[in-house]
Amino acid sequence: MNPYPKLDEKDTRSGFGAGLLEAGQRDPRVVALCADLTGSLKMDAFAKAFPERFFQVGIAEANMMGIAAGLTIGDRIPFTGTFANFSTGRVYDQVRQSIAYAGKNVKICASHAGLTLGEDGATHQILEDIGLMRMLPGMTVVVPADFNQTRQATLAIAAHEGPVYLRFGRPKWPVFIPADMPFEIGRAQVLVPGADVSIFACGHLVWNALQAAQAMLGEGIRAEVINVHTIKPLDTAAVLSSVERTGCAVTCEEHNRHGGLGDAIAQVLACHRPTPQEYVAVNDRFGESGTPDQLLRKYGLDTPDIVAAVRRVRTRR
Amino acid sequence: MPAPNAAPSKVSRASLDELARTCSQVRRDIVRMVHAVQSGHPGGSLGCTEFMVALYFKVLRHDPTAWNMDGAGQDLFFLSNGHISPVWYSVLARSGYFPVKELATFRRLDSRLQGHPTTHEGLPGVRMASGSLGQGLSVAIGAALAKRLNKDPHLVYSLHGDGELQEGQVWEAAMSAAAHKVDNLIATVDWNGRQIDGDVDQVMPLGDLPAKWRAFGWDVLEMNGNDMADVLLGLEEARSRTGRGRPVAILMRTEMGQGVDFMTGSHHWHGVAPNDEQLARALAQLPETLGDY
Repeated sequence: MNPYPKLDEKDTRSGFGAGLLEAGQRDPRVVALCADLTGSLKMDAFAKAFPERFFQVGIAEANMMGIAAGLTIGDRIPFTGTFANFSTGRVYDQVRQSIAYAGKNVKICASHAGLTLGEDGATHQILEDIGLMRMLPGMTVVVPADFNQTRQATLAIAAHEGPVYLRFGRPKWPVFIPADMPFEIGRAQVLVPGADVSIFACGHLVWNALQAAQAMLGEGIRAEVINVHTIKPLDTAAVLSSVERTGCAVTCEEHNRHGGLGDAIAQVLACHRPTPQEYVAVNDRFGESGTPDQLLRKYGLDTPDIVAAVRRVRTRR
Repeated sequence: MPAPNAAPSKVSRASLDELARTCSQVRRDIVRMVHAVQSGHPGGSLGCTEFMVALYFKVLRHDPTAWNMDGAGQDLFFLSNGHISPVWYSVLARSGYFPVKELATFRRLDSRLQGHPTTHEGLPGVRMASGSLGQGLSVAIGAALAKRLNKDPHLVYSLHGDGELQEGQVWEAAMSAAAHKVDNLIATVDWNGRQIDGDVDQVMPLGDLPAKWRAFGWDVLEMNGNDMADVLLGLEEARSRTGRGRPVAILMRTEMGQGVDFMTGSHHWHGVAPNDEQLARALAQLPETLGDY
């Protein structure tokens, strides 16, 4: 019996929009900025509820990051909204100098991340953003798994002091995290306990990891599924405690295999407890146009790919 | 535009003399700091000395003894062209933000006075990291918007290099300041016509600079940045134009290296440190008025 049935189907960006409105209601210091993607980021409700606290900056992401940094001087809590590509790669130096190095309390909220952006293709499907952001000293990196968790994460980062990168996506996706499940930045969630393999996943692929674990029960493999919604700071204790019992790890992410969740976990394992690991990630390529499902299949990120990775890694124990 | 060399009505001759003495000491600090570590940017620092002294000793409504990051109830200043940190550090120290003797740590290991200004080491008076060019106007706009939201009537000032205007983000910011009617902001451009590789006109001409700022929706005035009386008048005039629905830009003509004769006339001293002999020649032109650090 799957302990996490599909409750609904919603896009994670709508979870952000709902969380942002709620954060604005809870704390008058919260302000929001958007670079001509208010509808795509689901920021309309906030803009309508708090017009004086919402800033449309046009198609000028570099300027948006600087204005957000300036707004913190005056005790505001700015949330920037644009696509993941334009939240990171396009403005890396602005984020680096004016936000991370300057230690400003800016929340960089990034939608349409990864392959599941779909038909727009590789120009918009950034697969390098987790790596870019986790390399910045002091940056917190959060990748929630579904609508409910994205809403929770948006509220959590509003209450967290310091720069944060919040990554979410475009497509409608299964909702399976109970709305009342506790969420804490930096605390990984063991969704399914198991002793035979540790599957660490983030974002959309947490759902696929759960499906893979379910499918492998028939083979007598009890997989532990861990939702690593915070890539930085990584919950090192949770990672080590799991592999201590399972002896092998599979990491799943909608990201290049370089620099993302897999590398973050590999670093912990290499330094503390060398453990066989398989990556379910994009193999150092750019994406392309297609539907989300087609792309996950073609690039090896689908449920059967996770099952195959588990079989491989178990032979290496 | 104010008449050149006319003393502002509210500023006495004695006050101008006092400011001139401060400028001389600040210029000594600049060349001594850069000489001591054989690195740094003396040219633009010397050229902006009158402006920075006027700002910190006459114009800003600020309290160095009550410094905090938010700066509520105070005017704020942002240095976008962070490489002219020597002049900023000198006026910050000499106006009371931190001990003057700390200037001796400029660019040294474990110093709060990094090569380019930063909040990272907790230096009082600095609210933003700068150095990678083109970012400061956006930050100043954000801080001005926060003041507006907070109903704080104080102003935000910023300084930018003219070469820095080649960065596209500056024009994104310029456009947005006008769009959002950020009229509590006075952005000044150090219009010295020089940058590292040569004259701005040779490297990448800026064209009709006043017309460009006007076309972006700014209220524009010009002043002579190396004439203290003109700087005070210009800043007074700029302040009088705030609160009228438009951001205010001051295009400030300066001479790179001003105050040290052999450092003027070219871009050479943008980022070059004087040797021992050159330091002696420079200091001979700059009377010690407030005591060297």
